[in-house]
Amino acid sequence: MPLSARHSDVATSGSLRSTLRFLLGDELIEIARCDPTLTVLDWLRLEKRMTGTKEGCAEGDCGACTVLVGRLDRGELRYEAINACIRFLPTLDGCQLLTVEHLKDEAGDLHPVQRAMVECHGSQCGFCTPGFVMSLVALRLNEAAPSVARLEDALAGNLCRCTGYEPIIAAGRRMGEIAPRDADRLLRDREVVAGRLAALSDAETLALDGERGRFYAPATVEALAVLVADHPQATLVAGATDVGLWVTKQMKRLDTVIHPGRIEALRVITDAGDHLRFGAMASHVDVREALAPLSPQLDEMMRRFGGEQVRNAGTIGGNIANGSPIGDLPPALIALGATLVLARNGRAGLERRSIPLESFFLDYRKQDRRPGEFVEAVMVPKLAPEMPFHVSKVSKRFDEDISAVCGAFRLTLAGDGLIAEARLAYGGLAGIPKRAKAAEAALTGQVFDEAAVSAAIATLSQDFTPLDDMRASAAYRLKVAGNLLRRFLIETRAPGTGTRVAGLLAEAAHG
Amino acid sequence: MADARRKLDIVGEPALVGSPRIHDSALKHVAGEAVYIDDVAAPEGLLHAYLGTAAIACGRLLSLDLSEVAAAPGVVAVLTAADIPGANDISSTHRHDEPVFATDRILFHGQPLFAVVAGTREQARRAATLAKAEYAEEPALIDIAAAHAAGGALVTAPLTLRRGDVAAAMAASPRRLKGAMTIGGQEHFYLEGQIALATPGEDEDMQVLVSTQHPSEVQHMVAAVLGVGSHAVTVEVRRMGGGFGGKETQANLFACVAALCARRLKRPVKLRPDRDDDMVLTGKRHDFVVDYEIGFDDEGRIHAVDAVYAARCGWNADLSGPVTDRALFHMDNCYFYPAVHARSEPLFTNTCSNTAFRGFGGPQGMVGAERLIEEVAFATGLDPVEVRKRNLYGGVGRDLTPYHQTVEDNIAAEVITELARRCDYQARKAAIRQANAKSPIIKRGIALTPVKFGISFTATWFNQAGALVHVYTDGTVSLNHGGTEMGQGLYIKVAQVVAQAFGIGLDQVKITATTTGKVPNTSATAASSGSDLNGMAALDACETIKTRLTEFAAKHWQERPEEVAFLPGRVKVGAREIGFRDLVAAAYLARVQLSATGFYATPKIHWDRQAGRGHPFYYFAYGAAAAEVAIDTLTGEYKVERVDILHDCGQSLNPAIDKGQIEGGFVQGMGWLTTEELAWDAKGRLSTHAPSTYKIPVASDRPRIFNVHLLENAPNREPTIHRSKAVGEPPLMLAISVLHALSDAVASVGNHRICPRLDAPATPERVLDAVDRVRAEANL
Repeated sequence: MPLSARHSDVATSGSLRSTLRFLLGDELIEIARCDPTLTVLDWLRLEKRMTGTKEGCAEGDCGACTVLVGRLDRGELRYEAINACIRFLPTLDGCQLLTVEHLKDEAGDLHPVQRAMVECHGSQCGFCTPGFVMSLVALRLNEAAPSVARLEDALAGNLCRCTGYEPIIAAGRRMGEIAPRDADRLLRDREVVAGRLAALSDAETLALDGERGRFYAPATVEALAVLVADHPQATLVAGATDVGLWVTKQMKRLDTVIHPGRIEALRVITDAGDHLRFGAMASHVDVREALAPLSPQLDEMMRRFGGEQVRNAGTIGGNIANGSPIGDLPPALIALGATLVLARNGRAGLERRSIPLESFFLDYRKQDRRPGEFVEAVMVPKLAPEMPFHVSKVSKRFDEDISAVCGAFRLTLAGDGLIAEARLAYGGLAGIPKRAKAAEAALTGQVFDEAAVSAAIATLSQDFTPLDDMRASAAYRLKVAGNLLRRFLIETRAPGTGTRVAGLLAEAAHG
Repeated sequence: MADARRKLDIVGEPALVGSPRIHDSALKHVAGEAVYIDDVAAPEGLLHAYLGTAAIACGRLLSLDLSEVAAAPGVVAVLTAADIPGANDISSTHRHDEPVFATDRILFHGQPLFAVVAGTREQARRAATLAKAEYAEEPALIDIAAAHAAGGALVTAPLTLRRGDVAAAMAASPRRLKGAMTIGGQEHFYLEGQIALATPGEDEDMQVLVSTQHPSEVQHMVAAVLGVGSHAVTVEVRRMGGGFGGKETQANLFACVAALCARRLKRPVKLRPDRDDDMVLTGKRHDFVVDYEIGFDDEGRIHAVDAVYAARCGWNADLSGPVTDRALFHMDNCYFYPAVHARSEPLFTNTCSNTAFRGFGGPQGMVGAERLIEEVAFATGLDPVEVRKRNLYGGVGRDLTPYHQTVEDNIAAEVITELARRCDYQARKAAIRQANAKSPIIKRGIALTPVKFGISFTATWFNQAGALVHVYTDGTVSLNHGGTEMGQGLYIKVAQVVAQAFGIGLDQVKITATTTGKVPNTSATAASSGSDLNGMAALDACETIKTRLTEFAAKHWQERPEEVAFLPGRVKVGAREIGFRDLVAAAYLARVQLSATGFYATPKIHWDRQAGRGHPFYYFAYGAAAAEVAIDTLTGEYKVERVDILHDCGQSLNPAIDKGQIEGGFVQGMGWLTTEELAWDAKGRLSTHAPSTYKIPVASDRPRIFNVHLLENAPNREPTIHRSKAVGEPPLMLAISVLHALSDAVASVGNHRICPRLDAPATPERVLDAVDRVRAEANL
């Protein structure tokens, strides 16, 4: 990078720091040059020769590469399991990285999770095992006495082809018995590590040069806005759960990467009374926690969002800005009437505009984002009592799969019981998440009953020509899209009827 | 494991065989310290190879311009078929139908055309995309229907099984029906992908570390491709990160290309395809279409079966012959067909070459058998379990298989009856029917299906094994045999056998990596045969050494040989008891050989393929499973609520390991029959080439309640290693119970009058389609 460019950066985006800093276990790592898209996994295996972390798929689906990232969240140290194969190393700035090699104690004895896995015969070929161990360690650090359902959630992003999972779940139940959680060295060291990470955090923008590009990680929204304006060709990378695959699968080279992960303000979720405001960088785990009180169905939909590693890394803003036709959040948020806050650098600081979420999606992978703009926040109205709400995700595999169809519906019932407004949004039925306008019209002004729903279902083929691919046929998608409206009706009008076979909503019915 | 010397004085553990020892690598697995090939410290000068592949599924390669590949950053060499010093052929059946690199005909999308070698894997991988190929594309045969339509060319000779006069028996049957079933394939999805690391030595020597189930075949292939003798090639594998059949022949390509590049450049070369490329390049479980006709009576007894098992084999024969044979060998499952005619059709298609996968065609054969039972049950209105029982082998004149082997060890009836009792099948079935009547959307279903799986390679000569056992003067033992470790626990089982033979502790037995340099001419670790064959071979070696030690001890201490016994932790010599270590030390001084090879060849078996007659299996392994599911009739989604398994491991060598095989095999089989769906597009490109689109079970898919029991007091009737039974493959087929439980749930929407004919995999989409079809046919 020529010197003049550096000067212009300084002038517009605050002071720059050119060295990446993070902790690898207890060791402070400082890196002055690094490709913006070097993955954590490649760095561990190829540069550090730490080979305990495995590459199974290089796309964030199998979890063999699971590591823990500790970061400061409002002053507290928070550990999250993530996929090292699609996480870019520079995004670890100010964090602590823990791998399977960090688990044994000073005497060389196994960590309780490792012991539980051995005792329960939790490994066969052993290749997925370090990843499972790390996911279980993350769960142990974050939750006391997790239920079997929680174990299944926490391991949904870890594939094992040998054991059938039974002994691994057994190990998850056993780990608490082997040694009390509070005695865990990783928890004991929490304050010390938090202190060291606090010492690493600063208000400077990380500007890290590599052979093939530059990585920026600003510390403030203002600095982010300047960077986005100054680098129109840059790729804005949040959790990299999709962009990571551009690199590992399509072998794309990203010359300039801007990563807003250090900006704490963008992670904030606020309850503003009648609506929730989500900072764009709020992770799916945090989004789930905030959305769950609105509806158990939202809770369940978010539970099934990728695997735990993806929910930790992925963000609400990234999921929206990425513009996938089958992203699960947009249909739900559209049905809820969410608005998107886009920001950019203006003459007098940040300029913002708010648009209804559905109007952001213009066409397949094409969004209404103007030069210099980035997604800053999402405003989600809460549900009023007169608003029946429903969201269903249907996929080939129940957990850790991408939707064949995602349907999210919100009705507003008038005093006379008639439907005053219907918002029906679908994912997987078109090139973008989209409202079913004809079906909405068919419901509006009607009583919410079988006749109205049948009429609405009959119109779906006007609104959609669904995708036809390896996930599901077009015919199945259209049929299910209609049946989800039936499910909505039954769950609203005859709530005692069993309508779910698996997941939280089925467990609730099981009692 | 701890350094053995620290624990040399450990006493022998009593009854090692049969105890639930942990996997020998468990401590290393959980610590990330178990070394897989990609973890091996790079040898000095290591280069990385990557494959360049065809972008069409069928046609001719007109030109291949590799100049940009060669000019790419970091590239050291580009190799094509012209650079092969030996044979451009890695066909495991010697049909010369599998070139390393295509030269003219392109037969599937993803067929290797060249290899590029560079300083880093990323450089090689990027460079591989820069080739400019011109093709004359031709229409591709993608599936079984297309292959049939084009005349049904076969990749290998089909098999016909015939017993009795089927035409007459069919004509005489009170009732007849015809049908067809589609059974999907399956991607292995071993967590460790294919990988090979070749290091050239002096002369023509080549050492290859490769993730393979068949080191000897890799050795032969590398030798043939390099044009050298097998004695120049050493193939070693310490462990695989999963195999499941996917590394029986499929590792040959990667090993040969790595060795070819290493030979050419005189430097070590590693080849590890990306997961997506691995899935595109390598073969999978065969998908089948089974056309059947059954003759039966109102009591649900089958009189005659006539079936054609057509399989999508892909672009070359590979193991499709024996796989489709084994499908026919299991088209009876546990059932006696008074008259039977069955034919295999191993069809050529322009897709990856399908290969071995746990069960090796047996599961497809058995899924077909259970469809026949289901058809008869719906036609007669009988409970499917009753139909199963009525058609079991057993009784006068009812013990001959379609391949004319007499079933001598049949315990299917006992296993079914005992499982039905333990899991309360009848009462639960009644309760489910009642509950369904009150549940308009969610419907439950239950099914109980048995398994009878033939144990032995049907190629009789593969049923042999060798072992090499060294006893060192400090009493420690080095163990080597021809079997490979892919997670199934073979190494620990054989080590248990050896430790018990000598009366020493497991810590005194060092399990060493499988290598062609120590034990030659081995068979693939496949066909569930690993511990049967290698356990016996290792025991044979131990007995040779023990015989020498016994003779020495008798002479040395002036006792009769019968007075010498190897007990746990000590050796009895007359009234004297001495440590194994002391005996060994004394024997060494007396110049007794403390090393031995062992060998085993399975007795009794023979097979005449032309005649379709013989005794191909040494014995059968049995089991049964009862599955209960819930389906959603609005979406087709489902959940496996409960599974009960009773499985026959004979006298288990290690019940913990065996339970792991049963649970893991079941869930893998369940994946095959439910959510694992392979798809190719019209151009012949695999659409499901990554875990994002190909869905193997996750933790929450395992049954909500999962009761797994090993059949007690059931020693193998044949004198196998400690009377145990093979367990690698048979449990996979227990998952057929899930398919039939789903079918039972679907049938409920038609009051159990219409046979759902649910094909596999039963994805939510197929389940919903079946629900709608049954409703329509039942006019409900």
